[in-house]
Amino acid sequence: MAPLAPRSGDAVFASVERVNAELFTLTYGAIVRQLITDLEEVEEVNKQLDQMGYNIGVRLIDEFLAKSNVSRCVDFKETAEVIAKVGFKMFLGVTATVINWDAEGTSCSLVLEDNPLVDFVELPDTCQGLSYCNILSGVIRGALEMVSMKTEITWVRDMLQGDDAYELRVKLLKQVPEEYPYKDDD
Amino acid sequence: MTLSRLLRCAGVSTAIHRFYPVSVGNQQFVFWIMASTACFVIVSRNDIPIYEAEVGSVLKKEEAAHLHQFILHAALDIVQDLAWTTSAMFLKSVDRFNDLVVSVYVTAGHTRLMLLHDSRNEDGIKSFFQDVHELYLKILLNPLYLPGSRITSSHFDTKVRALARKYL
Repeated sequence: MAPLAPRSGDAVFASVERVNAELFTLTYGAIVRQLITDLEEVEEVNKQLDQMGYNIGVRLIDEFLAKSNVSRCVDFKETAEVIAKVGFKMFLGVTATVINWDAEGTSCSLVLEDNPLVDFVELPDTCQGLSYCNILSGVIRGALEMVSMKTEITWVRDMLQGDDAYELRVKLLKQVPEEYPYKDDD
Repeated sequence: MTLSRLLRCAGVSTAIHRFYPVSVGNQQFVFWIMASTACFVIVSRNDIPIYEAEVGSVLKKEEAAHLHQFILHAALDIVQDLAWTTSAMFLKSVDRFNDLVVSVYVTAGHTRLMLLHDSRNEDGIKSFFQDVHELYLKILLNPLYLPGSRITSSHFDTKVRALARKYL
């Protein structure tokens, strides 16, 4: 039997390098601020953040798999649990809860009570449509795509828009079978 | 520039200045004794007011608000001189106008928190300034806030008014 995947990211979190939370928060804030200045349109900023997250995600998954000792997940439910408990803990220092599964087990919600990205942040009237943490959805999308899962991720609740928590809806679109570039008998 | 000199420059003779309370009328004079007046303003380092609040219990009167702004504006010059003579951020009362006193707190970034008040509760005012300073720091750390621009956050406004009720 394969070793059980770690159910909590505490051990990994204790061993990875960390930076000061304020430095992290303010650096991310500076990036968002600069994007708003450069792109001017809030919609464009959301798109750009998602793209940046995607680019981070496709790299981050390798780091994640190398350091966390997570074995292959048997189904999407387990994948979601690992992201919420190990992934978020390892890179953000917080854990998410997985709720609201649909009947087919292909979509669920990740709920974050605490989000270090948004300390100090308050959206001014000019940026009301801004999805400040859009980078996170991009990261998850990119990371899952690298392990052959096409997903669609949307924000359902956002504390900056006045909700009581952060909720990411993760929807599995399709599982891409692994393709080999050559045939065995070649 | 002292207040009386400023008034003279503005074409107001010092005689009027001295008799100012009489010209206000009986009723308002009674108001001033019974209820507390306080006006709180944050002035950015570029001398632009970025937040204003009438926090006293006196009903808001437009001419009173103008007078308050005028007094606080006049006190800016004194603050400018005083700020560099001490290492303390709280400058206590720097100027007065009849029974109204101007207390000022200067942050390290030379943002001035100015309070015009008629109460004599120095400890309360000091605590008020320190707490507002902390709120202001939070605003300043918001990446979407441009330093030196108006503070439009309603959350900040609510908190400041609550602090004013608590300490003043």
